Amino acid sequence: MIALENVAYSYGGGELLSDISLRLAPGSFHFLTGPSGAGKSTFLKLCYGELLPTAGRITLFDREVRGLSRDDIALTRRRIGVVHQDCQFLDHLPLAANVALPLTVAGKPSGAQDLTDLLTWVGLGNLADARPPQLSGGERQRAALARAIIMGPDVILADEPTGNLDWEMSLRLLTLLVELNRMGKTVLIATHDLNLIRQAKSQIAARVLRITKRKIQLAGADL
Amino acid sequence: MNPLSLIRPDRQADRVVPPSGHTAWLTSFTAGAMAFLAVFAMALSLAAGRLADRWSDALERTATVRLSAPEDQMDLQTKAVLEILSKTPGIASARAMTDDEQRALLEPWFGPDLPVDALPLPRLIEVTEADSGYDSEGLRQRLAAEAPGAVLDDHTRWRRPLAVAASRLRLLGLLSIGLIGTATAAMITLAANAALAANAQVIRVLRLVGARDSYIARAFVRRFTLRALGGAAVGTALGMLGVALLPSTDTAGGFLTGLGFQGFGWIYPLILPLLAAGVAFLATRASAFRKLQELT
Repeated sequence: MIALENVAYSYGGGELLSDISLRLAPGSFHFLTGPSGAGKSTFLKLCYGELLPTAGRITLFDREVRGLSRDDIALTRRRIGVVHQDCQFLDHLPLAANVALPLTVAGKPSGAQDLTDLLTWVGLGNLADARPPQLSGGERQRAALARAIIMGPDVILADEPTGNLDWEMSLRLLTLLVELNRMGKTVLIATHDLNLIRQAKSQIAARVLRITKRKIQLAGADL
Repeated sequence: MNPLSLIRPDRQADRVVPPSGHTAWLTSFTAGAMAFLAVFAMALSLAAGRLADRWSDALERTATVRLSAPEDQMDLQTKAVLEILSKTPGIASARAMTDDEQRALLEPWFGPDLPVDALPLPRLIEVTEADSGYDSEGLRQRLAAEAPGAVLDDHTRWRRPLAVAASRLRLLGLLSIGLIGTATAAMITLAANAALAANAQVIRVLRLVGARDSYIARAFVRRFTLRALGGAAVGTALGMLGVALLPSTDTAGGFLTGLGFQGFGWIYPLILPLLAAGVAFLATRASAFRKLQELT
């Protein structure tokens, strides 16, 4: 689904990631952890084609990312739902329109009932007409998750999705991601919240990866 | 991007880009002002074209021999001049103008009651050149030798520069329209760049959710094209009104009062809004794709 072979990424001379090989199998659940600045966000951006590797090879859905045109990358992103810590919205549109945005740009109709069901599932059913600036941090994260999955993506990538949330809200979001994984979605969450990882591991079989010294390693049992 | 997709309303796509503030009125105003100026440039060009044609028509190989002679010798010398002209190679025809014709020529300056008979006016002989042309210098010398009072007035020599000047004026008018179009494209490009830069976050979000460049560009291109079309339509209407309110042409009107549209000429300015929309479409499209490449 997403495969990296000996991938490296450099920011203007300094190598941030080096010799990374990883395969995200369908239906798998991964956590990616590591200290701030270790390259977790960069790794995720490589996984959805926002950045190209400076060395190595990345394959998205069996297609080498370097061979993808800009349109191909756009189409590929429709199969990958992304949730950022600082999730951005179109502030001039109501929440429902923001959540339905992937359908809008794909030229697909957004069924009103499906949209309502999705907003209800993430606990935002009563905020469909609210504008993004009116939402709390937790509501924004759940809205971002709803937007990420409305196209029925195969993979969900979440970059510090609970970074601004309290523990209760973090658990709620984690529960939604676990539910999605049980539906067959591949999930990769970048986080430094070890408590969240422990909580998830008590519910599902999640692999934990750690970025250390520019490389990705499978984390030990110390988590 | 299919230009026809700009006409088809797409409310969803329109909504993803927030209404932009100053770039909206800047685009409309620029297109309107430029269309207004273009109407006058077009009127100038058309008027200059008519003038050039008129003067060119007048150049149709004509000349005048002006004969001054004592009254009792006037008929004799007129016959002599006509005889010379009839035997000059390259002259198709020559005829002496009648008193009535000469009176009509002088009437604009001296009024209708001019006593032609009582004035020592020269006799005018109208000469029409054949296609092969004639040797004007040789004719002058023959006239000087055989009819000393006859002077060949080769008026094509001073009308030709005027006709050339009028043609150049027409070209300048067309050049002005081209420059106006270029300036419009530059202004709209700047406005589009400003709008794209101001909406960098919107573009990032659209990219994140899988929007293609063509989709993002279309949202901007459509908006700017329609603004330019609307602004130019208003500018053109005002420009045409301004031209229509100019003093009307009359026989003594001259060039300035002839600065306007005639007949089907009134249709020409109607293409200006479409031209402005086309310029806006191309300028915004190029600008949008360039900017989107930069924002990768």
